[in-house]
Amino acid sequence: MIPEKKTESPLASYRALDLTDENGFLCGKIFADLGMDVIKIEKPGGDAARRLGPFYHDIPDPEKSLYWLAYNTSKRSITLNIESPDGQEIFKRLVKTAHFVFECFPPGYMDSLGLDYQVLAEINPGIIMTSITPFGQMGPYSNYKGADIVALAMGGLMQLCGYPDRAPLRWGLEQSWPQAGAQAAMGTIIAHYHRLVSGEGQHVDVSVRDCMIWSAYPSPQNWSMVKKIVGRTGFTAPRGHLNLRLNHRCKDGYVAWMPWRGEVTKKLVEYMGEEGVGGSLRETDWDQVNMEEVNQEQIDRWQDDIERFCLNHTKAELHNEVMKRGLMLWPMNDVKDLREMSQLLARHFWVDVEHPELNDTVIYPGPPVKTGEGYWQIRRRAPLIGEHNEEVYKGELGFSESQLVVLRQAGVI
Amino acid sequence: MKKGALEGLRVLDFTVMAAGPLVTKFLSDHGAEVIKLESTVRPDVIRTFIPFAGGTPGINRSITFAEGNTGKYSFRLNLSHPLGIDIAKRLASCCDIVVENFNPGVMKKHGLTYDDLTKIKSDVIMVSMSGLGQSGPHSRHRNIGLSIQALAGINHFTGWPDRAPIGYSIPYPDVIIPWFALLALMAAVDYRKRTGKGQYIDVTMLETSLHFLAPALLDYTANGREGTRMGNRCAYAAPHGVYRCQGEDRWCAIEVFNDDWPSFCKVLGNPAWSKEPQFATLLGRKENEEELDRLVEDWTAKRSAEEVMSLMQQAGVGAGVVQNAEDIADKDPHFKYRQFYQVVEHPEIGAYECPTASFKLSKTPCELSPAPCLGEHNEYVCTKILGMSDKEFSELVASGVFE
Repeated sequence: MIPEKKTESPLASYRALDLTDENGFLCGKIFADLGMDVIKIEKPGGDAARRLGPFYHDIPDPEKSLYWLAYNTSKRSITLNIESPDGQEIFKRLVKTAHFVFECFPPGYMDSLGLDYQVLAEINPGIIMTSITPFGQMGPYSNYKGADIVALAMGGLMQLCGYPDRAPLRWGLEQSWPQAGAQAAMGTIIAHYHRLVSGEGQHVDVSVRDCMIWSAYPSPQNWSMVKKIVGRTGFTAPRGHLNLRLNHRCKDGYVAWMPWRGEVTKKLVEYMGEEGVGGSLRETDWDQVNMEEVNQEQIDRWQDDIERFCLNHTKAELHNEVMKRGLMLWPMNDVKDLREMSQLLARHFWVDVEHPELNDTVIYPGPPVKTGEGYWQIRRRAPLIGEHNEEVYKGELGFSESQLVVLRQAGVI
Repeated sequence: MKKGALEGLRVLDFTVMAAGPLVTKFLSDHGAEVIKLESTVRPDVIRTFIPFAGGTPGINRSITFAEGNTGKYSFRLNLSHPLGIDIAKRLASCCDIVVENFNPGVMKKHGLTYDDLTKIKSDVIMVSMSGLGQSGPHSRHRNIGLSIQALAGINHFTGWPDRAPIGYSIPYPDVIIPWFALLALMAAVDYRKRTGKGQYIDVTMLETSLHFLAPALLDYTANGREGTRMGNRCAYAAPHGVYRCQGEDRWCAIEVFNDDWPSFCKVLGNPAWSKEPQFATLLGRKENEEELDRLVEDWTAKRSAEEVMSLMQQAGVGAGVVQNAEDIADKDPHFKYRQFYQVVEHPEIGAYECPTASFKLSKTPCELSPAPCLGEHNEYVCTKILGMSDKEFSELVASGVFE
């Protein structure tokens, strides 16, 4: 694990107070991995999202939620009940020296506690408060509830995904949460630049649904000019008036392929020829073929041939040949394939993160971006519940041991 | 000078297609000056993609280009012309950031690598965006957003358990990588302010996409479990899915977490079946989920998707219409309220609606202006930013380097 090098990190001199739930974890993680001091503020007993699976060794313990661990690396954790007057006072003291507040409460909740942006800005005019909610702070649906599938449905992504004979489909695992976290971080850092120049803080209002509208790009973006509704057609790509199916079976899973004019398909036909497989692909002149004029039957014949060929090979075999020959055909990797993928290994994508309490080292996806100065790193595993209470409350805020005992008994921390 | 949070920041933009231009769109929409390099021979290829405004093809009429390149300056420059690289370097020397998404190796061919650029501007920040990265055995292999969906495991986790992995034809990794690229370059700007150092940033669709599947990756590395697709289901909630409603291909998503079950039943009028032992508990509902989904759909099928959403939401149960683009843009009152689109006026296209970001900045709201026509800003950039004399500019025009 890379040792903590606080002074060399781009954002090391800043502090964020992170009150988010699963809609916003990634926002704080990005900044914490970039070196910022991100303090995850959990309710006494721990974040509710520590209930989310999967769990380390399938033990459903709040310290073993892999969901929570994955998206809270490099943060510190304190417990604090901001609904209590003492908790609110402590939070306001923390705001004085903080630069960012991230929160995901329903609109109006922070106001009801007297901790809304206006109040925080009076304490610290430079503060940037980023609020991440299903539909944003204002407007007719601002009080609507919505976890992942609601954001996907309302944002337009779901309507594009699936088969005509079945219901629209959700996309991957929960995609709206990391989408919201990453796009919130983007809004936050843009506001941060403005503060660097002007000293002025502001409120960043993120709508998870709007994040998902971006994930359906460019269909909703195009609507007013195009007035065309794209329907569910399975996994296909449009070519002229036809839809080309992209998923094809192979020996141990699936590969993605579509016919392209020219060299790239000629080379694939050559490869198939070496193994004595010919058929309709060989009979086609790939330099001359006009994809706009090909009919569906022809395409079906090509696709049947390619599938027959791929069924003789594993994803790994096909991928190796494809790389060697410069073809356009890709395995639909599962997690095992990804863990072993030579490109990711060569780029040292996977990193070991020590979990002393588990007496184990867990392999994590490393930094999403390679920075020349090398500061985008997982600095430590996600914190235990209230792991940094002493550090923050005693060390920084100057509470005595006996005061902490009082606050603990009262359920404030 | 443009207005906005990023006022004063200047970006040299070599990017084309979707993912790269989205990074510089968000910079531009928030006040950065973005100089987009294109040439007549090699315009941003998305300028040639359908749909075109009014259905009439034209280099300045592509809708997707017009929406993804708002407020940028288009600078026409032929990099293959003997003077081309020199002018590109002059532009780089007065920019804070250089962004490119060529196939790995192309910038090297032009003599425009990070090392080359540091010779003319020692603290330059350069961002390279690619499918798989600038290094590694697959670096040069051709990739498109669609292929990264497959490689990154997104397809594997999308679909019905009894059918093949699925995706859709719009390349989803194109709307993951931009957020990270922008974050990396803005963090680098902050770093440079403090240390005076620039740097090179290598960002890939594959590695950024994997962060959107992180819990499943840990489930494998820690537990050895190879997860798979599960339709619209959720491990800890039922009902959880998409239900057919009245009308042609109309659907509503409903998610009933444990605490919401009594409210959900009340919306349905507390039907007798909801009291039966197989549905009274979450474990019972998970075990009998198919039957449960049928019973829920019996109820939703008699109502419009909008009515289902509204009844559920009034009762505090998460629900949302599966909206198509028309529902969102023309019928969704909340979407209108948030003013996701801003109308801009384009010399060829006329007035058109452009998408803004998913976040609203309270003090420095974004202000969109139209996407540029090809080469629209050569004179402005040369004379106002590079400080060329009119004479030098005219000579360069005559040389053909701006073709």
